[in-house]
Amino acid sequence: MNSDVGLKENAPNRSSYPWLRAVRFSLLGSLASIFIALSGMPVGLDRRAIIYPVLSLGFLAILWVPLAMAASAGKETVLEGMEARKRGVIDVGVGSLVGLGSTSGICCLMVLIKNFDLRDPLVNWSPQLLDLLSYRQNISVGIGIWLLVGAGLGALGGLTNLISRFSRRLILNFVFAIVGVSVLETIVTDLSEGFGLAWVTDLMYYKRGGLEIYGALFVGIVAVAVPLLLRQRTTTARERFSSLSPNDQSRVKRISIIAGSLLLVILPFFLGKITNELLANVGLFVLLALGLNIVVGLAGILDLGYVAFFAVGGYTTAVLTSPDSPGFSPELPWPVALIVVVIFTGIVGLFIGAPVIRMRGDYLAIVTLGFGEIIRLLFLSDWLSDWFGGAQGITNIPGVEVGFATVKGTDPRSVFLLVLLFCAVAIYVSWRLEKSRLGRAWMAIREDEDVAEAMGINTTNTKLMAFVVGAVLASFSGAIFAAKVGSIFPTSFIMLVSIIILVVVIVGGMGNISGVIVGTVVLIGVLGGPKQPGLLQEFSQFKLLIYGALLVWMMLKRPEGLIPNIRRTRELHQDEFLQDAWLKGQIDSEDNHADSNVPKEGKDL
Amino acid sequence: MATNNVYKPTSRVLWVDRFLALIRITFIGVVSVGVIAFIAQQINPQNPFASWINPDATGLTADQLKGLLVTGIAQGAMYGLIALGYSMVYGVLGFINFAHGEVFMAGAMSGMIISNKLAESGLWQDAFLFSLAFVIVTSIVVSTATAIIMERVAYRRLRDAPRLIPLITSIGVSFFIQNTSVVLFGPGAKAYPSIPEWLTRKRSFLTFEIEGTKLLVLVVAAVSMTGLWYLVERTRTGKAMRAVAEDKEIAALMGINVNRIIVTTFAVGGAMAGVAGILWGILFRSVTHMTGFLPGIKAFSAAVVGGIGNLGGAMAGGLSLGAAEATAPLVVLEPLGVNGVSQLRDAVAFSVLIFVLLVKPNGLFGERLSEEDRA
Repeated sequence: MNSDVGLKENAPNRSSYPWLRAVRFSLLGSLASIFIALSGMPVGLDRRAIIYPVLSLGFLAILWVPLAMAASAGKETVLEGMEARKRGVIDVGVGSLVGLGSTSGICCLMVLIKNFDLRDPLVNWSPQLLDLLSYRQNISVGIGIWLLVGAGLGALGGLTNLISRFSRRLILNFVFAIVGVSVLETIVTDLSEGFGLAWVTDLMYYKRGGLEIYGALFVGIVAVAVPLLLRQRTTTARERFSSLSPNDQSRVKRISIIAGSLLLVILPFFLGKITNELLANVGLFVLLALGLNIVVGLAGILDLGYVAFFAVGGYTTAVLTSPDSPGFSPELPWPVALIVVVIFTGIVGLFIGAPVIRMRGDYLAIVTLGFGEIIRLLFLSDWLSDWFGGAQGITNIPGVEVGFATVKGTDPRSVFLLVLLFCAVAIYVSWRLEKSRLGRAWMAIREDEDVAEAMGINTTNTKLMAFVVGAVLASFSGAIFAAKVGSIFPTSFIMLVSIIILVVVIVGGMGNISGVIVGTVVLIGVLGGPKQPGLLQEFSQFKLLIYGALLVWMMLKRPEGLIPNIRRTRELHQDEFLQDAWLKGQIDSEDNHADSNVPKEGKDL
Repeated sequence: MATNNVYKPTSRVLWVDRFLALIRITFIGVVSVGVIAFIAQQINPQNPFASWINPDATGLTADQLKGLLVTGIAQGAMYGLIALGYSMVYGVLGFINFAHGEVFMAGAMSGMIISNKLAESGLWQDAFLFSLAFVIVTSIVVSTATAIIMERVAYRRLRDAPRLIPLITSIGVSFFIQNTSVVLFGPGAKAYPSIPEWLTRKRSFLTFEIEGTKLLVLVVAAVSMTGLWYLVERTRTGKAMRAVAEDKEIAALMGINVNRIIVTTFAVGGAMAGVAGILWGILFRSVTHMTGFLPGIKAFSAAVVGGIGNLGGAMAGGLSLGAAEATAPLVVLEPLGVNGVSQLRDAVAFSVLIFVLLVKPNGLFGERLSEEDRA
């Protein structure tokens, strides 16, 4: 970019259409769609219908490309002191060209598949793929359809840059509601069965999965109508909330939190086994994510071996409770074992934390990763198999006796309730810690360790405390995991677990409790954990790819996460914040502006 | 705190320091007891000291020990080649390119594909040296391209981001490339075509029995290392690279195109990883999508052991890490009475990293970093 873009004289030059950008995005689009086609997503996901005969998840995996490329090709940041380019029909035209360009990649691929056989290295280079891509028609018909679809979607994408923000949101609502309701099919049908409304979902969904066409229309219309009707109401409700006295505000918050948690407690009784199992898994990851959030989000220590604490928690529980534990088997009841587990994992946290605490941030990351692997290898080794069973693991771990019931894996509802209890504890602990002296010390260290030390914070002890608290929260998760699964193997504690927890914490929003919870629920719930399937079971072979891409994309576009922590956002975008504030001449009032977001954040809890 | 010594700025010793000292002493103690026990065993297996620690120990013959050492050094040479990429990128940009192991994997993977295609057409058997050269060149090209694309797509926009952001991004990139390989080429190990007998034959060399492939690994590694040394120390580009590593802004003021130098750094690191990838394929004859992960982390450890930013140190670190990883389980752990030691090889590599960072955080041969990165 020119260094003199800020000058007024340059503005007219920029009003011409950014053609280069359009070309770049169509190339990018065609490459992306070829990659997606060759990755096997269309064939693998074709069985899962979104809208029964019309659209399958497999096609959706490609179809978003022209739309997104056209939309982002037309987007443009307006620099300060420059006139925005006038938008018009040309945007739609170029959008459709970009869409055309994006799908042309698929067309080339079809021709190539027809004429060459590259099946040896590329496993998905199959006639099946060609068949699917050409809609089971002649190849030229297929190409024609693709180009038409691409141009149409591209035009739509271009159009989104012309309309107002509100109508764009309505369109997004329409699309996401249909996809979302279709993806959530298992949960929705399960819930409606629980409430005796099975006939509604029977009408909406096709027998073998996917929405019926009219079901989709119905969902879409509801999703558009609700914000249209409530547009006024929500703003007035928000105004009324902010006009309340702080006392009343906190009372309203408290009531909504209590109502929400009551709802969560009642919910599992209306759900079936599969959904409860899913929720229990998600809950275990929420616990882990909350723990990592304290280490990474609050204290700013990038711990890549977080799974070690999960493993230690799980194994200690197994050793203490299982009658089949090979070395030492006191067969304690679970609650008693938990106390030992917590203390022991805390000590392990101290032992792992102490050597690494003085290292540079990036060395620390690799060394903690090393510790995570060492701990797994030790559990796996023959050397310690007299205590931990080596590759055979420890089996026959009893469930949790709570007097009137036993919590174990065969009864996912009870597991979910137990997990919920511990999540509540973890949320409360994180929330109180965040506001405490210790939490503020963590954040100070995260922002600048030297300054924090100069302010009289004992950085070593404070950082170690983060390790210990994180370890304890992970040990809860490990203890429940051991009781839930009933047996424990080293393969459950591979490094992948650490990375996936890191991804969900980052996507949700480092340092923000509600963000972390939402991120975990959405990602683990929909895509699934390292071993646990999510709602989209068909995705299991692609989920790691998606996690990786998501992590990169988030870091590039929105490092603060989807539901960011305000202070963290400011740290990450310090320059922009200062610049904006300077341009608006309101450096001092910036704090007030930030504070007005706080109630909104509280509501998500 | 009352103190008698007014000249000392801080007189308190934190408990963490005591704890760290304890860890260091324990570590050194364990290693030396292990080594002494090993020596005692070598002298006489019935030696009371040796049998007190591990009654079942049998000791090693000289040939076994030499064999372990050769295997370790051949693997270490590959770690060294990969470590060069970590070290150079860290020197220039100050962040760990976690995905560098995947660049190595891309090289090994492309080598597998091309050599299998060549084997299908019969060229691999008929003109082995020519096809080997061809495969090496293609895999260098693939690895270099992977590294350059990675820099362009993911890291360029993060030049000024807080320190941990590029590291987290590179974890994502690594994950993405690994799983790209899974979805494109399928999971599971894929084999290289067989290597001609005249290459795999054992040859004796200075009383060492070395398989031809390992010799090839060492020779190719030495040649690439020399080439790199020439590039960095003797050419204009190398001078520019060193200048950028020292201070990017001043380098830019001196008329160096910093962006191009950074891309060159990634490209050269990628090329080295590509060579290592092919060598890996020839040595182990199998490649999976996870091939890059552990060697990548170990190579990073090697870079740290040798002193990050220091290219000779990276190679030396790689060789010593490889040797330590191959011999330590049998020389240190076995005499201590640990059973199933070969499972603990990876744990040994990580322990070496942790120990070096505890005892000598600047690496054995000293870091070469700019002032700002040394924070």
